[in-house]
Amino acid sequence: MTALVVDALTVAFGRFTALDAVSLAVDPGEVRAVIGPNGAGKTTLLDVISGITKPVSGRVMLGDHIDLTKRSEAEIAKAGVRRKFQKPSVFPALTVRENLEIGCGPALPARDRPARIASMLGEIGLGPRAEVPAGRLAHGEKQWLEIGMVLAAEPALLLLDEPVAGLSDTETAQTAALIRRLRRPDRAILVIEHDMGFVEAIADRVTVLHEGRTLYEGSMAGARAEPQVIEVFLGR
Amino acid sequence: MSGAVQTALAGPAGPARRAVRDPLVAGLVGLCLAAAAGLLVAPPAPYLVNALGQLAAFAILAVSLDLVWGYLGILSLGHGLFFAIGGYVCAMHLLAHGAAVTGVLPDFVQFMGWKSLPAYWAGLDHAPYAFVLALALAGLVAFVFGLASFRSRVNGVYFSIISQALVYVAMLLMYRNDTGLGGNNGMTGFPLLFGWPMGSPGVVTGLAVAALLTLAAILASTRLLVGSAIGRRMLACRDDETRLRTLGYSTTRLKLGIWCLSAMIAALAGILYVPQVGIINPRVLAPDLSIEIAVWVAIGGLGRLGGAVIGAILVNGLKFWLSAAMPEAWPFILSGLVLLVVLVLPNGLLDLVGWRPRPTWLRSSR
Repeated sequence: MTALVVDALTVAFGRFTALDAVSLAVDPGEVRAVIGPNGAGKTTLLDVISGITKPVSGRVMLGDHIDLTKRSEAEIAKAGVRRKFQKPSVFPALTVRENLEIGCGPALPARDRPARIASMLGEIGLGPRAEVPAGRLAHGEKQWLEIGMVLAAEPALLLLDEPVAGLSDTETAQTAALIRRLRRPDRAILVIEHDMGFVEAIADRVTVLHEGRTLYEGSMAGARAEPQVIEVFLGR
Repeated sequence: MSGAVQTALAGPAGPARRAVRDPLVAGLVGLCLAAAAGLLVAPPAPYLVNALGQLAAFAILAVSLDLVWGYLGILSLGHGLFFAIGGYVCAMHLLAHGAAVTGVLPDFVQFMGWKSLPAYWAGLDHAPYAFVLALALAGLVAFVFGLASFRSRVNGVYFSIISQALVYVAMLLMYRNDTGLGGNNGMTGFPLLFGWPMGSPGVVTGLAVAALLTLAAILASTRLLVGSAIGRRMLACRDDETRLRTLGYSTTRLKLGIWCLSAMIAALAGILYVPQVGIINPRVLAPDLSIEIAVWVAIGGLGRLGGAVIGAILVNGLKFWLSAAMPEAWPFILSGLVLLVVLVLPNGLLDLVGWRPRPTWLRSSR
């Protein structure tokens, strides 16, 4: 079985085709990176998987049975999909702890929440900042808090949209280490990223998108050797 | 790691403390109770008692709007509709009750040439039924309108405009004499309240005390609500609804629930208001009244329940005084207040005492 199958997915905004029959399959336990130049359709792909955008045609299967294109955002989340947005999306009026509490999702029983929140605070290193409103956190702290929020529900499929954008080198290395720790046999992780060093450090395989189509799929080393990929993206 | 666990397990979490420690709300609740006791022990002149009772009804209305606007980000410019539903049903009860006791039909029914009250007035002379009907009707209208809007993801300014259109349509409906609710003259001349003659000092005091106690109860219970887990989801929904949805929460249900609750609180304010002014007519459905409610909240302090109460009392207190002293100046004073708040005090008058930092959600437009 596969964790996620994207099958001939086409998305159009008016006359602009953002994704043109894109297909990919992610195995359980795999960390897959999706790379490509701006406008390649990377974020649109995540928008469809998380239910924010509906496709013109094609399917997105979670596991073997759930077609995500027919579900609402909340239903998709309940099925075990979590997404970290590109712009750090935390709730500024709530404290770090309250953000994580909401991140646990509506299904987790109240008695299990304190332990889950405590372990997340430890994981993202924000324990001392637990009672600070998220709006007052630094950019890097917000990125980490949002990662903690999406992890708190123990997702089966984790979508990360540029998790190291705007982070320092140290923070990037810490995030790479965190993602490697998150790898589990029953969890698939899909990462969108521009930082090639970061992708090399975390991804099992990469998918290269260009103008809404799949240009390459395979190892990062293979991508670096592929002339077409070099031309549109890496070579610049 | 162990330090983090300790932090996480130590003591009550922030929100629990915050829910209890709101000196402003606590002070206002205490003030309402003290004022109610004062009215019972040593009532001042009836017109003052009456004014106080009306202010309390407006304050309840302001709280109902702040609940959806300040805490959920839904600006209703049609809350006068729910206030009017409460007011109209209350007026119907008062007239039906009067007719049942005295045997004299209300004036407007006689003007229409009808021999009896229309069939849908049946049972309205019973106060409990009228009370439940008013709240249920407001809740139902809010539910239908909210469901249609929130399901199709009508948000922000579009929702505000539609809510304004809704109150306008209701006003046109009520201006028709054939609607059977008094047309443009509305309904007035309420003879009795629970068998007591309307306008007697006891009834005036009783109504004001009831309004003050209701305000205290509404203020305390809505404060508990916004300090609870539901309140945190409301703030989360206000600041980033997509984020909340993609964490597995059905925001439609949350918004619909709070929206209906807010509508019923507004109806409660209308129920308390109408017997105190002794009249209801389609003017309460005028769009400018609904906008004014938003002005009270904005002036007092959006997103603070105590601020809504202060705004409603301040603006209406000024209005009571100035619209008698220099009526032609009132619109200019109100507009000036709005400009002052928008330009200088984005969080309303509570900015003056530094109650809380500038909310980031007002500035970021995501």
